[in-house]
Amino acid sequence: MEILFYIAGVLAILSTVMVIAVRNAVHALLYLIVSLLSISVIFFILGAPFIAALEVIVYAGAIMVLFVFVIMMLYVDSSNSNEKNIFIKPKTWIGPSIIALILMAEMLYMLLGEGYHPMPHQIISPAAVGKLMFTKYALVVDLAGFLLTAGIVGAYHLGQKERKILHRYLTDKNENL
Amino acid sequence: MNIPMEYGLLLAVILFCIGLAGLLIRRNIIFMLLCIEIMLNAAGVAFVVAGAAWGQAEGQVMFIFILAMAAAEVSVGLALIIQLFKQTGSLDVTNANKMKG
Repeated sequence: MEILFYIAGVLAILSTVMVIAVRNAVHALLYLIVSLLSISVIFFILGAPFIAALEVIVYAGAIMVLFVFVIMMLYVDSSNSNEKNIFIKPKTWIGPSIIALILMAEMLYMLLGEGYHPMPHQIISPAAVGKLMFTKYALVVDLAGFLLTAGIVGAYHLGQKERKILHRYLTDKNENL
Repeated sequence: MNIPMEYGLLLAVILFCIGLAGLLIRRNIIFMLLCIEIMLNAAGVAFVVAGAAWGQAEGQVMFIFILAMAAAEVSVGLALIIQLFKQTGSLDVTNANKMKG
C-alpha cells in the first residue's frame, strides 16, 4: 500500500507538469485527468474513499467535460497564436519558474524543518462526513448552495447572445449619431 | 502503513507551485483556468491529508466545499472565456488590453 502512494504521487506531479508544458489544449486536459485520477488513488490510500469517488465523478467527470465543451465550441488553431515559441525562449518562462521555486522552497523549509509525523491508517466513512456536514456545517452547505445558484445565474447571463440595445438611453444617442 | 503527513503536504505544495508557475507562464486563457483548477485541487489535497493525519472528518468536508466552489468558478470562468473570444477573436489574454474600458 505504501509504495502505491509514492507511485501515484510521482505520476500526479509528472502529469501536472505536462499540463502546463504541452501546447494542445485537449492534450493538456487529458494529462489533467490523469493527474486527477492519481490524486484520487492517493485519497483512497489515505482513507478517504468518499473523496476519492467525488474526485473522479465531479472533477474528472463534470468539470473537465465543461472544459471539453468550451474547447469544442471555440477551438482555434494554436499555430497562429503568440504562444508558438514560448518554451524556446527562456526569457518567457524562467522568471515565473524562479518565483514559483522560491515559494516552494520556503514552504518546504517550513514543512520539513521538524520531524515526521506518521499518519494513522484509519478509514473515515462517508457516513461520518455526511453527519458532520449536515449538522455542524449546515450553514456552510446553504452558503455553497447560494454560491452555486449565483454561478448558474452568472454563467447564464454571460453566455447569452449579445443584444443590440445595450441601454435604453444609449439607443437614442446612437440613432442620432 | 507509515506514510508521514509531511509527504502528503509535500505533494500538495509541489502541485500548487506547478499550478502557480503555469498560471504565470501561459498566455492562453483556457490554460490559465486549468492552472487555477490545479491550485484549487492542491489546496484540497492539503485539507484531506491534514484531516487524515488527525483522524477527523473536517478535512473531507472542506474538500467538498472546495469542490462546490471550483464548480461555480469554472462555470462563470468558462462563460467569461466565451465572451472574451467573442470580443477579441482569440484566446490570448494579451489581446484583452484592447478592450478600451
